[in-house]
Amino acid sequence: MYRIVKKRSLNPTVSLMEIEAPLIAKKAEPGQFIIFRAKEDSERVPLTIADFDREKGTVTIIYQIVGGSTMELDTLSEGDSLHDFVGPLGRPSEVDGLKKVAVIGGGVGCAIAYPIAKKLKGLGCEVHSIVGFRNKELVILEDEFRSASSELRIMTDDGSYGTKGLVTNALEQLINEGNQYDEVIAIGPLIMMKFVCLLTKKYNIKTIVSMNPIMIDGTGMCGGCRLTVGGETKFACVDGPDFDGHLVDFDEAMHRGTMYKEFETHAREASCELLNKEVQ
Amino acid sequence: MAKNMSNEKCPMPVQDPEIRKRNFDEVALGYTYEMAVSEANRCLNCKNKPCTTACPVSINIPAFIERVASEDMEGAYQIISQSSSLPAVCGRVCPQERQCESKCVRGIKGESVGIGRLERFVADYHREHSTEKPVPPAQNGHKAAIIGAGPSGLTAAGDLAKLGYKVTVYEALHLAGGVLVYGIPEFRLPKLIVQKEIDNLKALGVDIETNMVIGKVLTIDELFDMGNEAVYIGSGAGLPRFMNIPGESLKGVYSANEYLTRINLMKAYKPGSKTPIKHSRRVAVAGGGNVAMDAARSAMRMGAEEVYIVYRRGMEELPARKEEVEHAMEEGIIFKTLCNPVEIIGDENGEVCAVRCDEMELGEPDASGRRRPVVKEGCQFTLEVDTMIIAIGTSPNPLIRSTTPGLTANSKGCIVTDGEGGLTSREGVYAGGDAVTGAATVILAMGAGKAAAKAIDEYIRNKHQNS
Repeated sequence: MYRIVKKRSLNPTVSLMEIEAPLIAKKAEPGQFIIFRAKEDSERVPLTIADFDREKGTVTIIYQIVGGSTMELDTLSEGDSLHDFVGPLGRPSEVDGLKKVAVIGGGVGCAIAYPIAKKLKGLGCEVHSIVGFRNKELVILEDEFRSASSELRIMTDDGSYGTKGLVTNALEQLINEGNQYDEVIAIGPLIMMKFVCLLTKKYNIKTIVSMNPIMIDGTGMCGGCRLTVGGETKFACVDGPDFDGHLVDFDEAMHRGTMYKEFETHAREASCELLNKEVQ
Repeated sequence: MAKNMSNEKCPMPVQDPEIRKRNFDEVALGYTYEMAVSEANRCLNCKNKPCTTACPVSINIPAFIERVASEDMEGAYQIISQSSSLPAVCGRVCPQERQCESKCVRGIKGESVGIGRLERFVADYHREHSTEKPVPPAQNGHKAAIIGAGPSGLTAAGDLAKLGYKVTVYEALHLAGGVLVYGIPEFRLPKLIVQKEIDNLKALGVDIETNMVIGKVLTIDELFDMGNEAVYIGSGAGLPRFMNIPGESLKGVYSANEYLTRINLMKAYKPGSKTPIKHSRRVAVAGGGNVAMDAARSAMRMGAEEVYIVYRRGMEELPARKEEVEHAMEEGIIFKTLCNPVEIIGDENGEVCAVRCDEMELGEPDASGRRRPVVKEGCQFTLEVDTMIIAIGTSPNPLIRSTTPGLTANSKGCIVTDGEGGLTSREGVYAGGDAVTGAATVILAMGAGKAAAKAIDEYIRNKHQNS
């Protein structure tokens, strides 16, 4: 069993959990992910590792409550345990040799972008971070990004915090200000990553994206997480989750992501009902 | 009892096809005591024992059948146990018609003795009647690690534990059993039986650590650092192959691994399961092996109206167990043999709506000795389906070979071993089962696990004698 040593709410729908998993903490690298099952009959859910502490033997995950499984996870408190927690899965992000990078996080994707920004800074790389949220209430990890970056741009859809606009507006501006990036790393909703890639293609800047498709085992066994990258079929779990964004077929990935939409809606409603009953 | 000279096997009681095709309960119900004794009396106990030579683990078949005929079921179980660790499993899933039963003398003039059915009966009888609990043997002070809790790893673990080794089995999934729990469906192999075998291993003192992806969380070198003197790799062949035809990324296309894992391991067949699965109406399964049959029959049980097996060779060439093909046909699965899918067609929402196939005919034999299917020009047709399941085979997972320096694999990704014991290119590292052979059978994997346990024991004993 994997004990929750810390739980903290980051915004109304996003929370952080620090989980006791010493063996995983020892090996984890930014960009890799874990799979958890909250309870014995729960789904297996992949989540990218948000942080890890090798000495304390803990792994941090940040999750947004979007459906039945994350709702179930959120019912657990500090001191409770997750039934299953397996990793570190996938390949670590390749960060060696980079001198100047723009790290872009969208929404809860910031949870994954942050450890990469932190690692890059630790390696002496100049990091410019752009983070985007729908509104002020949803902003997460601002202080963390600030400490990992020499330049931080916060964007909100409604302008309630930072600058009104999209992450791509900020990126284009930074490029036009004369910043030359070795690489752009973009992590967030598929649609955001797609548009970042369209922009960086125009400027010919190599762009890495982190894909998080539907999967079961996370070890290459089910093939459910397959993507088309550069015309070839790749498994996000073992070949990724990081890929060259200019080669990823985002439209196909978006289509595949909706495979169980109907089921998920029902599951979410069922979970809500169950939780409401427990509260009453 | 006098010899039973009937030319036919005592038929296996089964659930009615019309009923069973909509439930996940076991199809074959097993012999009664009387049926088993009567069938055992069909064995002539012939001198040459050709059946035993055709058994991958050399079970002394006439000896155990003679015990059944004498109504000494525990004695029969003990004889099987000397050679096989998972008789309740193998009695259900072995392709007996290509192994022991293919060589049975009774098969010359009629049907062979129902060896598999008797094996199953003996194992089930033991499970239901034996009160004996496995006793952990005295430990010999040596440690060994096993990678993969499938049939091969579990067999190696059991044999090493019985010899006094402290054995730890590392399993990547959250549940032990490997293909027995994620792949083979409940209606063919009830999971309670697998669980019972695993409980027995634990009672022998075997530690099973789930959620451990070796190659990621620990490497083989670290397993040695932890005091293990030998490592056995039984990580199977879990990587699904796709057909590389247009449309494989459409919604509604599954690898058989994914489809079966959702249903079996993740229990999507149970009402209220939290695991989503497509509730298909018309399903095509590409492939002709046991996995294809399992996927097709599972789809039928999940409520599909029409299920097709699309296979590029003929009925004679189907690699699946004969019984599974017969059961599938009884359940209304439609066999489109000599057909090869060439394109999966999607609708405006990116969902599968049809599969286009080439008609095939059989040409000259290929390297495998089977006649090679060749395309019949101008004979394409389209099947309207909403789900396509690809069951054309699997390859070994690269996670271990890519993280273990000095471990040699061949061009197909199979770990290269030397000799029966499965020694790899690394000292103290042994491998067997599908990780070495590519996708094969439970019994071969089990046999490899047994041979490796013996080799590991010899290796460790020699090492200490010489030092």
